[in-house]
Amino acid sequence: MAPTLALPQTGRGIMNARLVRRHGWTIGVYALLLASLIFTVAIHPTYSAFDVKSLALGALPLAFAAAAQTVVVLSGGIDLTVGPMMAVANVLAARAMLHNNFRDALLIAALVLILGCAAGAFNGSLVVFSRVPDIVVTLAMSFVWGGVALLILEKPGGGAPLDFQNLAQETTLSPWIPNALILLIVVVAAVWVPLRGSRPGLALYAIGSDRTAAHASGVNVPLARVLAYTISGAFCAAGGLALTMTTGIGSPLSGSFYTLSGVATIVLGGVSLAGGRGGMLGPMAAAFILTLIPADLIFLGIDPNYGQVIQGIVIVLVVMVGGLAALRRKPA
Amino acid sequence: MRAAAPSGRPFGALRGAGLRRYLQEHPIVVLSLLFLVLVGVLEAIRPGAVTPNWVRTTILFAAPLGILAAGQTLVMLTGGIDLSVANVATAAAYVMASNARHGDPQAVLLGLAVGVAVGLVNGLGIAVFQAQPLIMTLGMALVVTGGLTVYSQYAVASVPSVPASIHTLGAGTILGFIPVSVLLWAPIAVILIVGLRRTGFGRLLYAIGDNAAACRLAGVRVWQVRLVNYTLCGLLSAVAGLVLAGVINTADVGLANTFLLPTVAAVVIGGTSIFGGSGNYSGTIIGALILTVLNSVLTLLDAPEPIKQILYGAIILLLATAYTRVLSDT
Repeated sequence: MAPTLALPQTGRGIMNARLVRRHGWTIGVYALLLASLIFTVAIHPTYSAFDVKSLALGALPLAFAAAAQTVVVLSGGIDLTVGPMMAVANVLAARAMLHNNFRDALLIAALVLILGCAAGAFNGSLVVFSRVPDIVVTLAMSFVWGGVALLILEKPGGGAPLDFQNLAQETTLSPWIPNALILLIVVVAAVWVPLRGSRPGLALYAIGSDRTAAHASGVNVPLARVLAYTISGAFCAAGGLALTMTTGIGSPLSGSFYTLSGVATIVLGGVSLAGGRGGMLGPMAAAFILTLIPADLIFLGIDPNYGQVIQGIVIVLVVMVGGLAALRRKPA
Repeated sequence: MRAAAPSGRPFGALRGAGLRRYLQEHPIVVLSLLFLVLVGVLEAIRPGAVTPNWVRTTILFAAPLGILAAGQTLVMLTGGIDLSVANVATAAAYVMASNARHGDPQAVLLGLAVGVAVGLVNGLGIAVFQAQPLIMTLGMALVVTGGLTVYSQYAVASVPSVPASIHTLGAGTILGFIPVSVLLWAPIAVILIVGLRRTGFGRLLYAIGDNAAACRLAGVRVWQVRLVNYTLCGLLSAVAGLVLAGVINTADVGLANTFLLPTVAAVVIGGTSIFGGSGNYSGTIIGALILTVLNSVLTLLDAPEPIKQILYGAIILLLATAYTRVLSDT
């Protein structure tokens, strides 16, 4: 296919063309994010550092939910427990941190992250051992984790020390660079960058794109699947902690929005639901785009309830365009 | 292997293998047994709980779930999924109730039109634009829910009220015993069960779920079948929404939203493969009944809400696992 295209003949040109072809979708998502930011500033000339901060705060939990979903979907599964797991981390943290100091809060946060890994590993083991499709197992487990969240905290309550909340809510470096953004980049990069280049990371992509071939090449498929859910659990816990930071309390139903929104976010971010294709950069930008839409509507004086409609339409259009593009690449 | 078995294996093992094959070919038997066991558990927990009146209530509550899961069964047979069924049901019921003053037929038709319209868009996206069913229907679910919220705030002149005829349809009984909704559910069930087996359209659904590429090569217009299928699913969801509004006798903007996950669970417990190509609606009916009885068992246990949720999820997972293990070949 490549020779028929009039590619630039220089080495660098070919590299660039390849870069665009491989990361075209991600580049498109960032272009879309830039466009929506420009649009936001255009309709809202007094756009200030405060608005940037609220955008980052709004996008933070969604971005973590998307990260959690990305890892599992790349490995060829789907995780419908993301929302309830985030709720569990949220209420656990808020209940334990109430009336505690900053240092204890950090310890609790670390503990919540470890528990998140354990809960994710549990989900993954159930998927592997039951031999039931991922979507069914995680669907059933979403009831279980939802119940656990309600057990920990019956109704919204709890709290967290102000310093801990400020990990996301303040702007330490510059008024235009919210802590929430730094937190997101640091946490996601700390997990994803080392993983992406390692053998286990490669195994995730391998089992997502072709499980039989991965098995034949010596990948321990069950182990890699459990690993995917474990990392997803860690991101869910991070998302729950982010909810604690941004809202200051714990709420057992706080996660319900994030399961399906996370799926929508990663699809907009260029992750294929068939598994094996996509990355972490796209979904992160997509989380910001999907958070920006309702905010823009408020600036425009439109009822924010249209936000859901527009989010839905954006997703529908994106998947239709994506489907058409795939069709043209591979005429049946 | 079949020829070697009689000489090589003891008689008991052979009978076990035969029973296993029989169950694999007739999963409905296992499901019905499971259902009876659950009813037995219910009777054991609260002796005297299983009465004709209980049967009537169970069917009343199972009917909307069963009809909603009917659409889900159709799309899952082709290897798809519809995450907008619950939102469509809610929207259909709400639109119907808020147009009740125009007369029953018009209100009902408007409600059903919502389902057909959303189903058609789902079908277009999935069949023509080749979008992934999961994300396409999820996007439409957002559109429907958001649209409904806006509609409820701006376009509704009168307080939504469920027409008396719909209430009768959802909650009424004939001869003091037979629920009216069965008169709707039973024909739907018969049409689906017979239609899936005997009609070309029904067989095409299985064929597409099994191997869509092969269907296309064999000359099937796969996109047309998919389009009709998702439209049917939308219509069935709308019908379920109307029945549910009748059962509860109100229609609010969150009416059926908790029904999404149970529809998927009912279809899967009913033995329809989530990858498509195998299963049938009779299994889904039992699946819906099992979930409804499970709910009443958990209610009777008088457990707090969180425990109920946990048990509900755990039991669904256990059922699905046991089912997969018993019926899988290896």
